[in-house]
Amino acid sequence: MTSKSTRSRCAACKYLRRRCSPDCIFSPYFPSDNPQRFSCVHRLYGASNVGKMLQKLPVHLRAEAANSLYFEAHSRQEDPVYGCVGIITNLHEEIHGVEIELARIQAHIGIHRQSNNSEDGETSQSGHGPLQQ
Amino acid sequence: MAASSVTYNTPCAACKFLRRKCVPVCIFAPYFPPEEPQKFANVHKIFGASNVTKLLNELLPHQREDAVNSLAYEAEARVRDPVYGCVGAISFLQMQVERLQEELDAANADLIRYASGRYPHQQNVSGASLPATINAVPIQGSTSHYSSRAPRQMRPNESMIRGGMTYYPSPASNFLLPWNDDNASGRGGDGGI
Repeated sequence: MTSKSTRSRCAACKYLRRRCSPDCIFSPYFPSDNPQRFSCVHRLYGASNVGKMLQKLPVHLRAEAANSLYFEAHSRQEDPVYGCVGIITNLHEEIHGVEIELARIQAHIGIHRQSNNSEDGETSQSGHGPLQQ
Repeated sequence: MAASSVTYNTPCAACKFLRRKCVPVCIFAPYFPPEEPQKFANVHKIFGASNVTKLLNELLPHQREDAVNSLAYEAEARVRDPVYGCVGAISFLQMQVERLQEELDAANADLIRYASGRYPHQQNVSGASLPATINAVPIQGSTSHYSSRAPRQMRPNESMIRGGMTYYPSPASNFLLPWNDDNASGRGGDGGI
């Protein structure tokens, strides 16, 4: 009785309709249970570019790289004009808005502090009680 | 002596790179001028010419310039940071937003205390209990407005990224958008790629 190893192809090799070799560069990062992940990345970068980019990285960094490539590809799918640069723009605007609001609140606090300080000054000058006379 | 009436169009950066004739209807020519060879070189390295062509063909003509510029930005970020690309910048900016939001929340709390007569760093000498309700000055446009502006589903530490990984900034990440000079000045953390 012969036993064949029935290793399932990764999502990339399934998409590309090819044999998934044991040392397939894609298989750790594009598992077969998430076909949309590879098709999204393939659409923007192409399989060969993704393979080259992963190949150039040390093994311990490839998972992060694959994730960031997917994030960018997904962003580009959602927003074909700006991709994740649109997100960067939004974040810049958000930061700018919060900075303005923070400056406004701090200005208000400054006004309160000044008025508190001047009230404290008046209290100390006016005297503390009848014994002063 | 007869002057030649033939004009030789300089090929765009893309056609120069690809070593092909730059035709009048070249889809790349408006966006990859010959004076900026690196722009196309980066885009080609990361995305490939045919993928960019497909992408541009799916867009309306008036959208293509911004699309090319954003692709060029992403490509340059990826060349500088092959692991995170411009996702590193997104993580950094998100952390900035969170830090500023905390500062804003703390400042709002301080302002409420000042407005209600409870000053920070000042002891309550009489030992009397604080009032149950604070007659605070209403604060316009406070916290929740800003926390929801960025599209949450696009944050890189969301579960859409397998394993829920968080991205950390790359030292090479700079965030100046090349076609929007308004972002260049007067804002903290901006720089040029």
